[in-house]
Amino acid sequence: MPIIETNEGPLWKRRTSTRQWLIWIGWLIGICIAAYAWKLISDKTIWFFVQDAPRQMVDIATRMWPPSFDYMDKLWGPVWDTLNIATIGTVIAMVLAIPIAFLAARNTTPHKLVRAVALFIIVATRSVNSLIWALLLVVIVGPGVLAGTIAIGFRSIGGCSKLLYEAIEEINPVQVEAIESTGASRAQQMLYGILPQILPTIAGVGVFRWDINVRGSTILGIVGAGGIGVQLNASINVLAWTQVSMILLVILGTVFISEYVSAKIRHAII
Amino acid sequence: MSQSTSQPTYADTWKKPPFIKSPGLRWSIYIGSFVYFALALYTMEINWTRVAEGVPRGLSLLSKFFPPNLDDTRGVIIDGILESIWMAIIATVGGIILSVPIGLGAARNLTNKYVYLFCRSIIGVSRTFPEIILAIFAVKFFGFGPFAGFVALSIGTIGFFAKLLAEDIENMSKSQAEAVRVTGSSWLQWINYAIQPQVMPRMIGLSLYRLDINFRESAVVGIVGAGGIGAHLLTSVQRYEYDTTATILIAIIVIVIALEYTSGYLRKWVQ
Repeated sequence: MPIIETNEGPLWKRRTSTRQWLIWIGWLIGICIAAYAWKLISDKTIWFFVQDAPRQMVDIATRMWPPSFDYMDKLWGPVWDTLNIATIGTVIAMVLAIPIAFLAARNTTPHKLVRAVALFIIVATRSVNSLIWALLLVVIVGPGVLAGTIAIGFRSIGGCSKLLYEAIEEINPVQVEAIESTGASRAQQMLYGILPQILPTIAGVGVFRWDINVRGSTILGIVGAGGIGVQLNASINVLAWTQVSMILLVILGTVFISEYVSAKIRHAII
Repeated sequence: MSQSTSQPTYADTWKKPPFIKSPGLRWSIYIGSFVYFALALYTMEINWTRVAEGVPRGLSLLSKFFPPNLDDTRGVIIDGILESIWMAIIATVGGIILSVPIGLGAARNLTNKYVYLFCRSIIGVSRTFPEIILAIFAVKFFGFGPFAGFVALSIGTIGFFAKLLAEDIENMSKSQAEAVRVTGSSWLQWINYAIQPQVMPRMIGLSLYRLDINFRESAVVGIVGAGGIGAHLLTSVQRYEYDTTATILIAIIVIVIALEYTSGYLRKWVQ
């Protein structure tokens, strides 16, 4: 915070003028990029439909009311499937993520090359959305819950491994040295020196990821990979709006409950 | 340890202490999860003959992935990917513009109870629904194309950005806020001089992070018709043009990695 001496005494300013200019240039570049992006998007927009949107919203909202509560009978199965996709997907992800995390952590990796491969797996699985995984898996194993489960599992490997290997790199090395000094092999060091230190992280990451996966598994049905998304897609396609609003309510409830449960468990662990 | 009884006996074996201390809770968790997994796998109705067919199918799919079809004769892939990138950028900007007032309203220490509850419920709804569901509705309201994707991703951004902004404001240092308040500042001046400087560095970092997330999502909203590369991805899979699928996937992965490193670098530089 510079103070500039003027004829009328010292003047307080928040920033130096160079810094002020840099910030202005940053804003200018940012606004130019945003304006250009806006132009490109608006060129591809049919504005008639956008002007029509408020009417459409009112129309669909009135058609959605009241939610068809009778339809709930047919939704218990899909909700159960959705939760299964999330849970078993998370288990698959954790089972695969823990060894990959050990291979990717600087202090436990057997070789630099192995670390590079493990990091590549982490980045590649993380960058491909679960919907894309589901799209491909539906082709391979056929439509249904299995495709969704594997898709959620694959998508989560990267996210879980990343958090786990960071935890492995931050462990207390003294405990591992103590185990090493007893003459333990490398596997025993990992089992008795490292694993107990990261167990709370493993549990925390698993629950955290499960919460994300419940949300993610509600949409996989759009490409045919099971769960409540199948019903959502079907109801939207036949314009059964009262069923759609019921499904949205169910998703809202499921996600809230899963968030509550995961917050409670994480609170208990940490 | 049996040679002498006069000395105190020490345990000669050691077992790892269990992670969950109470044996009752431990065993009920074990049994509960076993029962759950048995039930879940039983109700999954896996068609094993179809899965067995899937192995050669998967291999043939992988073999068709290589070499990726890079010539992109119709120019649609480049076009779609650029559309996704621009959509992600403008949706991040739009989302942040929407998030700032909602985030201010959702901070417990700035507003009264009713505004707080109202803003929190907007955040809750936006966090609950995945971007794809928002995109389905945006397509119904605004028609096909990237505008729908822009709206969906902007609304999705609120749940992330406004929530973290509100939490950051709630955790800010009170003394700075009070110091500015006692100078007799108006509410806007107070926000501008006491709160904004405290939360700004983190918010710039978060907006770059959100740009990263928005690109990942903008690559798939096309599956429901909301513009971007997703539509071409879906078409290529449905037409069995897996070499094109491979090209699109590689492009998405490369851009995501590039974005992740750039945003990570910029975040370090800003903070």
